[in-house]
Amino acid sequence: MTPTPDALALRVENDIVACRQEVRRLAITLRFSLVDQTRLITAASELARNTLVYGGGGEMRWSVVRREARTGLQLDFEDQGPGIPDVALAMTDGWTSGGGMGLGLSGSKRLMHDFAIRSVVGEGTCVTITRWA
Amino acid sequence: MTRIPILQMGDCLLVTIQADLQDRAAVSLQDDLASKIESTGARSVLIDISALEIVDSFIGRILAGISGIARVLDTATVVVGMQPAVAITLVELGLSLHGLRTALNVERGMRLLRLAAEERALDPDA
Repeated sequence: MTPTPDALALRVENDIVACRQEVRRLAITLRFSLVDQTRLITAASELARNTLVYGGGGEMRWSVVRREARTGLQLDFEDQGPGIPDVALAMTDGWTSGGGMGLGLSGSKRLMHDFAIRSVVGEGTCVTITRWA
Repeated sequence: MTRIPILQMGDCLLVTIQADLQDRAAVSLQDDLASKIESTGARSVLIDISALEIVDSFIGRILAGISGIARVLDTATVVVGMQPAVAITLVELGLSLHGLRTALNVERGMRLLRLAAEERALDPDA
């Protein structure tokens, strides 16, 4: 089955709440357990805030993905912001360039099965996460 | 933005956080509680988060911040009602919430605050 992508703009602070609501709706539809729903919503909240605060806004795209007999929810958070000069450093627990706690990227990775980040300085950042039901 | 109401019961301030908490509402709550502690002389703050579906690093930082600010103003804070799924996710996320006191439910939270008040009454230096 081909992925079915859809998108939600992350432009203003209230979009973070909208993003959480959308991910909850998707996670319930895909019959994720309550803890998995919570993991997905939490990771999405962290990454949506990163997109807004560090990336200057962007969007979240989602797709239902399948691998063998398993169904997963894949979320992409993309911005056209300044990019991350040192991705390895940004992935370190406690490291932050802003006023946060530095858990957004590293923490989200721990909550998900798959995590990928592509960032180009001056072009933007895209973080892709997947959790399998 | 909807401000989060702060109720007063005796010398305790009560806050119930609703679902879909906006970042700005959380920041305002921190400021509002500090003012309210000053104006009422409250000795304790109880925050019920049972309606919260998640606690991410931002909300966690605000809760720890509220507790820290209240402590400096000589007021004890307890956060109650965290859902089990939220607790699991919080630990996996890596949030330590250092210094934040929590209790399973409102009843236990009130007991914790009462004990803290009694200890303070027995302490001649307080």
